[in-house]
Amino acid sequence: MLRRAPGPSARHGGRGDVGEKTKTARRTPLHEAHVELDARLVEFAGFLMPMTYDGIVAEHRRVRESVGLFDVSHMGEIHIRGDGALDFVERITTNRASALDVGGVQYSAMCYQDGGFIDDLLVYRLSDSYMLVVNAANHAKDLEWIRSHAAGDVEIDDASDRTALIAVQGPNAGPVADRVAEDDLGEVGYYRSTETNVLGSGAVVSRTGYTGEDGFEIYCGTDRAPEVWSALMEAGHEYGVGPAGLGARDTLRLEMGYALYGNDIDETRTPVEANLMWITRLKKGDFIGRDAIAARRERGPVARLVGFEAEGRRIPRHGHGIIVGGETVGEVTSGTFSPSLERAIGMGYVPDGTNGGIEIDVRGTAVPATIVPLPFYRDGTVRSKR
Amino acid sequence: MAKLLFTKSHEWVRVEDDVATIGVSDYAQSELGDIVFVELPDTGKSVSSGDVLTSIESVKSVSELYTPVSGEIIEVNTALDDDPGKINEDPTGDGWVLRIKLSDPSELDGLMGPEDYEAHTKG
Repeated sequence: MLRRAPGPSARHGGRGDVGEKTKTARRTPLHEAHVELDARLVEFAGFLMPMTYDGIVAEHRRVRESVGLFDVSHMGEIHIRGDGALDFVERITTNRASALDVGGVQYSAMCYQDGGFIDDLLVYRLSDSYMLVVNAANHAKDLEWIRSHAAGDVEIDDASDRTALIAVQGPNAGPVADRVAEDDLGEVGYYRSTETNVLGSGAVVSRTGYTGEDGFEIYCGTDRAPEVWSALMEAGHEYGVGPAGLGARDTLRLEMGYALYGNDIDETRTPVEANLMWITRLKKGDFIGRDAIAARRERGPVARLVGFEAEGRRIPRHGHGIIVGGETVGEVTSGTFSPSLERAIGMGYVPDGTNGGIEIDVRGTAVPATIVPLPFYRDGTVRSKR
Repeated sequence: MAKLLFTKSHEWVRVEDDVATIGVSDYAQSELGDIVFVELPDTGKSVSSGDVLTSIESVKSVSELYTPVSGEIIEVNTALDDDPGKINEDPTGDGWVLRIKLSDPSELDGLMGPEDYEAHTKG
């Protein structure tokens, strides 16, 4: 029954031991911790990453109900410094970086000239740099793009190899993260960051995440990551803290309707179709991709990314056809079983203006589904407490 | 109770008289993770060795259950409709999937015993 290889987000690794395919994959600084925790390791974006530890659903619920820890050290961190840094970041990203004061963080994107996504990313304004946090799978491509478009007085410093990233997510993330940081993290606003000490070493801590829950992301030196992880596990003991893998990260982000690069957005899609015009500031001045995106918006998108709930428990997945009136009109980009809502959910592109009932071709079975507003899950602490 | 036989593709089979009960091995349920849906076939259907019996959906992926034996499906575990997680909890007990009345018992000769299967999962 395990003859068929699972999808790209679920390649098999061994329990702790490393299969043939994964021998060349890089390890994060927390690899030993994952092995000790008996993680199911998979190769993802060139890294050996934990897919799950004690079950995707259990890890998902832990994050929704209390607090979970994610190793996301595979993400890339690229610092832009120099007098020309702001102008350069403004030119290569879609959002308005000039709106950031020191400590500010924003969700943004990099696009090609034709408006297609190179990547989605976070832009941090730190005291001496703009830090771009990019997807692991796109890191090399992004870095090359950034380097080849560098203009003016800018220094590009790829800190990915020396930076670990641990996400502490869930309604009880605050008291747990607070125990390891020198600053009072309660003072850090949503989508804000602080440069502080974590266990005595310099770190950046931001109130950001990918789960819809309150939480913090801790950027620290790779050499310090194991002790930060251990200290967080200890600090969270009373809250039932536990690790959470890529599997839960995916179900949590999809319940929030957050786009995943490579699934929901890629070089063939622009912010117009992906509903990401809110991070695309056409009025800020020129930036790479601006004219194409403006033109696309002017004539109206052909397709639009929507969310849907499907009937029954068959799960629509990436690549399944979306059917309207008996005709395949689009494709599912992400789909899963939602542990919070206990039903099948997904996102996909349909012709702009499509509403209401659709069907999904789940391996030959037409499963009725309904287009619904995003996010699917509305009770996360990020929404309900702010 | 008759002993379990296993396939290379991680099904288990327990034969009593000429009826084979088939399910998902403990190793396979652990690899699949949280199982959320089992598409149960109709009883009365004839199947041949190697056919797909069902699809089993877990949160992270979908896999197919193959039959290692030929015969007629005489019973399906309808309890899995409401609680497919039984496969995770008790894969070789309450999490059984279906029963087939054997048409060619000699097909069982090609299956592995528990020791060989354990070696297979570690190989």
